[in-house]
Amino acid sequence: MSGPPQVLDRVSPRLQTNWDARAAANFICGGAGGGLMLATALAATLGDKDLRPLVVIALTLVGAGLTAVWFEIGRPWRAFNVFRHASTSWMARESLIAPVLFACGGAAILLERPAAFVAAGLIGVAYVYAQGRMLQANKGIPAFRQMSCVHMIVVTGLTEGAGLMAVASAHWPSLLAFAYLLAALLVLRYLAWRSYVANLRSVGAPTGALDAFRAIETGFVWAGHAAPAVMALAAGVGDIPLLAALAGALAAAAGAWFKYTLVCRASFTQGFALTRLPTRGGGKPGAGVKPGWTQT
Amino acid sequence: MKTRRQSKRYAMAIDLRRCVGCQTCTAACKSANATPPGVQWRRVLDIETGEFPDVRRTFMPVACMHCANPPCMHVCPTTATKQREDGLVTIDYAICIGCANCVMACPYDARSIEHELRYAYGEPMKSETARFDPQRLGVATKCTFCKERIDQAAVTGQVPGVDPEVTPACVNSCISGAMHFGDVKDPKSNVSKLLAETEHFRMHEELGTDPSVYYIWDGGEG
Repeated sequence: MSGPPQVLDRVSPRLQTNWDARAAANFICGGAGGGLMLATALAATLGDKDLRPLVVIALTLVGAGLTAVWFEIGRPWRAFNVFRHASTSWMARESLIAPVLFACGGAAILLERPAAFVAAGLIGVAYVYAQGRMLQANKGIPAFRQMSCVHMIVVTGLTEGAGLMAVASAHWPSLLAFAYLLAALLVLRYLAWRSYVANLRSVGAPTGALDAFRAIETGFVWAGHAAPAVMALAAGVGDIPLLAALAGALAAAAGAWFKYTLVCRASFTQGFALTRLPTRGGGKPGAGVKPGWTQT
Repeated sequence: MKTRRQSKRYAMAIDLRRCVGCQTCTAACKSANATPPGVQWRRVLDIETGEFPDVRRTFMPVACMHCANPPCMHVCPTTATKQREDGLVTIDYAICIGCANCVMACPYDARSIEHELRYAYGEPMKSETARFDPQRLGVATKCTFCKERIDQAAVTGQVPGVDPEVTPACVNSCISGAMHFGDVKDPKSNVSKLLAETEHFRMHEELGTDPSVYYIWDGGEG
């Protein structure tokens, strides 16, 4: 058989519609909040500044993400059922980590002890990791289920955290050292992005998912990585906090852009495939079909 | 994830050579389960391939595959999605929070969430009012393999897949004898015998879901 299959029904992958911008907000705010918590913990162990406002901002971000997703679920008044299946569900685990993060963050604010900051920072990373694994467990969405997607989510969260610290350096110039960390993480995120997209291409993916990433690639790479990396390095070398803040804001915005694209634009379903076409009458079976994919 | 040991495993065998794409199973499912407009727990895909004059149309009934290793169950944060001893994957509407994680995890596009009431003609018909189930709003729903009928078999002693009263509505309705249902753990069941003598595949087996729906494409009687 030759020629592409003509699809008369919902056979090809389609863009999922169950998770919209509210779900994306959970990944955007949760990742940035978790990353900022780690960066704040790092800063707290290095200096004697009062960084409690940053802890408040990190917790507010995580809380905002959870609130956004609460508005999306079908039965919000049963939301506490989300804790019931931590044995296998990463969504349940993420939900269980959140109150621990709030407790550790609260302890850091109240006690102002470095140990509390460190605990909150580590829990913040665990929160971001759980979000990545939650996406990866979704076998129905090829763009999510790659392990490289987890890497991308974690690195993006850490980069957003360092980016927000760079923004904070406008207020606390002593945090300018984070501009160097931001530049390093931007390089790491760029490599993770390359690896993620290459992985999708090599294992095959819905063409719609790759189109969605192709649409943001130029801006994401140049405005989201190259420009802020150069700006962050220049800010560090030239001791220019405002430039570091701008670089941090760009890096964080690019992370949010990627996660929005991942959840709302590249989240094509698996679709259907026939390993082979059935034999009818005295005919022979036909070759398999897998419409809407880069590889069959 | 480990697959559970089961004494029974209900499965469906669908002979793609026989399916004519009439959508009677789709209609029977809607009738039996009163799904709202736009929600099809079962539907028949229509795939046209080739170039004139060598063209083919293939019809493929799809629904929940009641996987032995169901990703929907593993990701469910609430334990609303469960797997029974006989292999059926079920949803407890009283626990589900409608987070849609299971919808995203299912590679078979088998689950839906309806957030508001919808009627076929805008205003509710008497039948829609009578069969409206408020439990199904805002939660995940999908094909149940007509589990109420299968449960009835334990009471009556009838055999699912053999006796129509305890067989899924779609299988009963199939005009061409393409759909078969039974216990694949029982080597004497109709489905086991059919699978033994035909060539078949399962959808997206490479994802490790171990689905319970087999598609026959060659071999046997045809």
